Amino acid sequence: MPSEDAAPQLDVDQILADPGVRIIVCCGAGGVGKTTTAAALALRAAEQHGRRTVVLTIDPARRLAQSLGLTELDNTPRQVKGIDVETSGGELHAMMLDMKRTFDDVVLQHTDPAKAAEIFANPFYQAMSSTFAGTQEYMAMEKLGQLHARGEWDLIVVDTPPSRSALDFLDAPARLSRFLDGRMLRLLLAPARSGGRSMFSLVTASFGMFSKVVQKVLGAQLLTDLSGFVAALDSMFGGFRQRAEQTYRILQARETAFVLVAAPEPDAVREAAYFAGRLREEKMPLAGLVLNRVHRPAVPELDAEQSRVAAERLAELGGHEATAEVLRAHAALARQAVREQQVAARFTEAFPAVPSVSVTAQPADVHDVDGLRTIGAAISRP
Amino acid sequence: MRAAERPSDPAGTGWSARLHVVTGKGGTGKTSVAAALALALAAGGRRTLLVEVEGRQGIAQLFGIDPLPYEERHLADAPDGGEVRALAVDAEEALLEYLDMFYKLGAAGRALRKLGAIDFATTIAPGLRDVLLTGKVKEATTRTSGQRRVYDAVVLDAPPTGRIGRFLNVTAETARLAKVGPIKTQSEGVAALLRSPITAVHVVTLLEEMPVQETVDAIADLTALGFGVGKVIVNGTRPPLPAGRPVSAAELRRGLVAAGLPADRETVAGLHDEARDQLIRRELEDSLRADLVELGLPMTELPLLPDGVDRAGLATLAQALVSAD
Repeated sequence: MPSEDAAPQLDVDQILADPGVRIIVCCGAGGVGKTTTAAALALRAAEQHGRRTVVLTIDPARRLAQSLGLTELDNTPRQVKGIDVETSGGELHAMMLDMKRTFDDVVLQHTDPAKAAEIFANPFYQAMSSTFAGTQEYMAMEKLGQLHARGEWDLIVVDTPPSRSALDFLDAPARLSRFLDGRMLRLLLAPARSGGRSMFSLVTASFGMFSKVVQKVLGAQLLTDLSGFVAALDSMFGGFRQRAEQTYRILQARETAFVLVAAPEPDAVREAAYFAGRLREEKMPLAGLVLNRVHRPAVPELDAEQSRVAAERLAELGGHEATAEVLRAHAALARQAVREQQVAARFTEAFPAVPSVSVTAQPADVHDVDGLRTIGAAISRP
Repeated sequence: MRAAERPSDPAGTGWSARLHVVTGKGGTGKTSVAAALALALAAGGRRTLLVEVEGRQGIAQLFGIDPLPYEERHLADAPDGGEVRALAVDAEEALLEYLDMFYKLGAAGRALRKLGAIDFATTIAPGLRDVLLTGKVKEATTRTSGQRRVYDAVVLDAPPTGRIGRFLNVTAETARLAKVGPIKTQSEGVAALLRSPITAVHVVTLLEEMPVQETVDAIADLTALGFGVGKVIVNGTRPPLPAGRPVSAAELRRGLVAAGLPADRETVAGLHDEARDQLIRRELEDSLRADLVELGLPMTELPLLPDGVDRAGLATLAQALVSAD
């Protein structure tokens, strides 16, 4: 495959074995096998490279979660039993992110219990901690920061949330902390004062109108709740931004490796390319691209057209229905493989220096440790 | 929902609703399916609107055009003089439009935006954001010009299955925050439309385990919330195998010889492996299809497009969507 020859090969084992790599972040569009890839990498790090590994999953498929022993969402890492670590001495722990609980923990850490109870009861906090688009990303980042700070693991593998866009994972923390630290919240807190600087009075004048409109549109109760929320969060200002910035710095450090995950589909590849561009801008260490679900004919010499024509010939001849069917299936597979290479080439052409590895599509879905092991081997030895 | 409870379909196309909400797990092709549906329903001189609400510009990417503004634009011609228009709804713009309509804000609205107030309002209350997005969709669905409806159908490229219940359940989200006032009234109006026979939620899936699981979960969720689920749309299906049985290596070798192809050991072994994987895959697909059939909803299967979703591919999907019944 010419597109693959052009790009350097991603050596996953080298990354998994490197004691200097402490964090692997798997990112990419939804539906490309991110969670499975993260779990497979973590399992391989434990079994093959003897590392004490924890995998932070966001929203794993039920059967995959069960296979990792994640039967409940308790927001703490649990050791995965029944894996093959006798010779390597590694360990695998797994956890599923509980977004609301992580948010609650942050609040508890930054304020006293009475204030925290007040915040928890506020409808704005409830809405935000469970539905704010970005809370999940922010909390994934927060959890990563916590796991890292505990220093108990050699390697943390993070799966990223199924965002609208893969970039949300990078942007959401900054957005949320900016928001929580923001001018608007301070305006809501500060009662309108007269006689300030002209700029200030202009701001408060239009803000007075804003609250009037909000009051009209949403009702007075809402404003009361909102100021309550803001006042309660006041003690935590700064804390949010500081934490987000800290985690951001960890992501820029050499101990982190970003692994882009994509499938050979235009949307997924485009998303991966955007992400690669952003990582470069942010000076974040991109290790490479894992291209999942790649179709590879076992007989590449026989091309789609040849195979299709031969199937037709057999159909005319009669008596070879089963072979004709195999040839038609091969033709479809060969055609798909060509198209996938063209799609994948869009990434390698834009980022020729980024190493990549293709993982052949599995005939059946992966939902046990054996399956993860197979995937891990496929990523390492394509 | 049983068949008897679904609204009748006068046009006989199987798409009786006027607002079609298309959801599905990421990667199942819901944007392509939504676009194909908008094309299909515009055929015969009708006009449809294709709407996206997540700021992804998926429609523009699919059609290879510049990013869509917050404005209804001509997107494509449909067969027999139909037209598809497209709109990318932006929550901030929708809020400004809304405030302007009811409060005549004008320049003050722009000042609020500069101040970040609009961003703030749509951020602090995610439910507010959704009610603005769905509110705009409702407005387009019910808009009339003279005596005539502006759009014969509106197709919404909606958030994925994981978020669809919350997105559509606007009253619950806003009721927590706004107990009185126009937002509450607005969200109740939107909720009524979304739960009426005018609206159908269609779920796009592939014959793969995760998408099927999410489809089953989303349908249970949507049904419990009182939304009418329209169809299960199975994307990327392949024609059935007429023989569909394991083939022996000897049989394969004879066939290859008869076809005038190389029949060496490697070729036979390779094709034999391919055939085996294919059968494993097909068996899994059949069992997943059976899970979907068990849902008891109308199901439409769309063919896998070997060359991807280009304009010709969209036309193929559009054709399959209306002729499948």
